[in-house]
Amino acid sequence: MNSLDLTPFWLTLELSFWTTLILLFLGIPLAHFLAHGRSRWISLVEALVSLPLVLPPTVLGFYLLLALNKEGFIGSLWYRLFGKQLVFHFEGILIASVIYSLPMMVHPLTAGFRSVPKNLIEASYTLGKSKWETLIKVILPNMKASVLTGIVLSFAHTLGEFGVVLMVGGNIEGETRVVSIAIYSAVEALDYTTAHVYAFVLLLFSVFSLTALYVLNRRWSLL
Amino acid sequence: MIRFSLKKKLHGAQGDFLLELEFEMGADELIVILGPSGSGKTTLLRMLAGLEKPEEGYIEVKGEVWYDSKRGINLPPQKRDVGFVFQDYALFPNMSLFENIAFGMKKKDPQKVMELLRLAGLEQLKDKKPSGLSGGQKQRVALLRALAKEPKLLLLDEPLSALDPETAITLREEIKKFQRSFNIPTIMVSHNREDALSLASRVLLLSEGKIKSVGKPKDVLFSRRESPKFSLNGIVLEKEIAEYACILSVAVGSEVVQVVAPKDQEKEFKPGDRVLLSTKAFVPIVRKTEAVLKKSL
Repeated sequence: MNSLDLTPFWLTLELSFWTTLILLFLGIPLAHFLAHGRSRWISLVEALVSLPLVLPPTVLGFYLLLALNKEGFIGSLWYRLFGKQLVFHFEGILIASVIYSLPMMVHPLTAGFRSVPKNLIEASYTLGKSKWETLIKVILPNMKASVLTGIVLSFAHTLGEFGVVLMVGGNIEGETRVVSIAIYSAVEALDYTTAHVYAFVLLLFSVFSLTALYVLNRRWSLL
Repeated sequence: MIRFSLKKKLHGAQGDFLLELEFEMGADELIVILGPSGSGKTTLLRMLAGLEKPEEGYIEVKGEVWYDSKRGINLPPQKRDVGFVFQDYALFPNMSLFENIAFGMKKKDPQKVMELLRLAGLEQLKDKKPSGLSGGQKQRVALLRALAKEPKLLLLDEPLSALDPETAITLREEIKKFQRSFNIPTIMVSHNREDALSLASRVLLLSEGKIKSVGKPKDVLFSRRESPKFSLNGIVLEKEIAEYACILSVAVGSEVVQVVAPKDQEKEFKPGDRVLLSTKAFVPIVRKTEAVLKKSL
């Protein structure tokens, strides 16, 4: 057995890490809006957030490819700013992952925001705390199980992403070849040993992170 | 001095009605607002705190204007300097008792927090989270949390209604004690006449959004009718020593009555005692309630 190439693992972890971090900062205001907002567009926004759950990754990937390429709406802007293409690059699959995993972060956070009793928020206001301070010190700590669920689901979901990455990023070593794509090309090349190792590590990692999530959630819900 | 005049349309169970009232209270008063549920009591408190917006009127507290529809002033709750105690406590589950009380203080003063905890006999529990506390303890912490920021106005929204009667009596005494020592003008919403009788400097009866009557608790609460009951169990709420006798206010069920006890027995009674009221000599009033049956021979 030839020595195993670890780059796909690092790349996958990097992609999952950044995706989760960006989603956390994007998801909190978005979920807050969905939970407490009063706009008449709210149902449309909710539908758009959930769209990646029902669309085939290839459909999402196809539209993203159109938007992110050098002539596309976002891609051209990016090219002018950084002199670099988005498609077939790490930044491109990062944007794609953020959109693809959006519901994994926003859904638990929305449920979390709805679960915090309104009078806790009002109590904080009458105690002189701004909306921002109330969010950081009262709301988020009282929905930490939802925050954790969002983080773990987004991370795990990005780990297992395949179709969207393949459409937008292709299969470029060290840039867009994440584990799931490395497994696919190993199987194509009939290199079952490599495919086995990659697949097994990914399986173990997913089982571990989901178990940890449920253990922590159970413990916190007992508080 | 606190003055307000408020107008807001409310949606009640029996249709919409207009909450419309004007009131003025002194800086050391404790006002109890009584009224059936759905009469607008809680909405009134929430408007004073800035949690709900009236349609018209003004709120002025110690020279500060909190709300004025004519001038377009509407301070958010954060800037109103109120202490609000919620019916279901609203303690922060993620914080210890100490942190809960310190949360709203303008200047964090650990010694003052400890002093407050000691006053309420909770200093041993300072690092505990609220979830393990009894209802009475929770409400005590909620009260301390509201007092710790030394607000210009204290608002209590049915603070005793979720507690059992015995705990409610103890806590009622504590509210009285705190209000006196902190000297903060207080408005308390209640549906319980005992609260009004033992706490209020003045009572405000609210009905369908309007003030029905306002005045000293005894004037508002007691009518001159005599109780037709002979023997009743009750709890002493208050003791008042007059020249020749001692006047006890006693809660009987959901009613409150006043009875006279001989002055030499005065020492036997204190607020919170269970007592039996009865009359030895009475003239029964007998009235016919049904047609008399025909004489049968």
